[in-house]
Amino acid sequence: MINILSAILILAGVFFYLAGSIGLLRLPDLYSRLHALTKADNLGLGLLIAGLALHSQDLLIMLKLLLIWLAVLAASATSAHLIARQARRQEKVS
Amino acid sequence: MNPVSLLVFDALLLLSIVGLAWASLATTDIRRGVILFMAFGLVLAVAWGRLLAPDVALAEAAIGAGLSGALLLAAAHTQPRPLPPESTNTPRNHGAVGVVLRWAVTLLCTALAGTLAWALLHVFSSTPHDMLPGAISANLAASGVSNPVTAVLLNFRAYDTLLELAVLLTAVLGIFTLGQANPGYQPAGPVFDGLVRWLVPVLILTAGYLLWVGAHAPGGAFQAGAMLAAAGVVLRLAGRTRIGLPEGFMLRLVMAAGVGLFLLVGLTLLILGRPFLGYPQAWAGTLILMIETAAMLSIAATLVLAFLGGRPEATGVKAAANRQCEEIPRC
Repeated sequence: MINILSAILILAGVFFYLAGSIGLLRLPDLYSRLHALTKADNLGLGLLIAGLALHSQDLLIMLKLLLIWLAVLAASATSAHLIARQARRQEKVS
Repeated sequence: MNPVSLLVFDALLLLSIVGLAWASLATTDIRRGVILFMAFGLVLAVAWGRLLAPDVALAEAAIGAGLSGALLLAAAHTQPRPLPPESTNTPRNHGAVGVVLRWAVTLLCTALAGTLAWALLHVFSSTPHDMLPGAISANLAASGVSNPVTAVLLNFRAYDTLLELAVLLTAVLGIFTLGQANPGYQPAGPVFDGLVRWLVPVLILTAGYLLWVGAHAPGGAFQAGAMLAAAGVVLRLAGRTRIGLPEGFMLRLVMAAGVGLFLLVGLTLLILGRPFLGYPQAWAGTLILMIETAAMLSIAATLVLAFLGGRPEATGVKAAANRQCEEIPRC
């Protein structure tokens, strides 16, 4: 039961990664591509980590996985913000 | 997991390693090449993990992908952007010197790769390669640590690690001859600054953890030094003037600490009538931890100085006075 649940969560995470990658390749401008990427980072990794945590059934590993997710959340949100801000500044200059 | 899906995973891993390496070399845009190189390093770290070598995977991810990537990006920043496509027929891209240089580098790299492959083949065909792990696990109890990788790096083959640290020290001396470091970046906005405020303490804590855990699990001075250096790089990117490096004599002391303490321990043991770096068993654990701590500080300082690309600007009182003098003419 737990294995099936964790497989569903991981597959859902993979779906968001796939959607994010397609978005990165197909969307027209930088801002919408960033939007697609952050979805993959946040939701995709979140689901993936939820699935892995369920699969591990070990509290310490769950806590470590949670820490990884939080660190990636903060880093990806910040880098997306920095890239978008830089792009906007260059738009204003030109 | 069944062997077929593992085989598929390994094949994909190998394909992406070779593909990323090729893409990183083939592109003419330096910045694109660097970013592809960082992705290459991360996939390579996964491959090391797949080979059950978490120590190497950690080092590859932290130093190979992370810090080398930051170094190369900083270097690419000072390079001019590639010329627009319509001007590719300029001598800059198709000059005879450039072509000769490119072929010479290709030839040298191929020769190096060939030699390495030959050496590897030679090792695997001539000696029974299950001898070494057996010898290590038989002597592990005497090494002072329970992580076999740390036992090899800091005890059985401590000589190699000493020379590696000496190479780093030589590199940092080379960096110092490049003159003053570039001026720093502009101060970060509130979002990045917020990240830096909690990320840097976490990085320092992780460095301490990796240093300590290296005695019995994957970790050690190189990984911990890379974490500390990452903290310095992040502070630098956020536009801070103080990035954790000491100044003047203290900086030189930190730079030389790894090699210095290593040599001090080795020479003391020689004087006491033991072989060079042949620790007494009761002291081995303590000595290894001390040497690793010093090595971590030296490695971190070296990597941060490499990122600065020169001697750090002094921030003391005297330096401030000097700067004022430069700003006011006829001072």
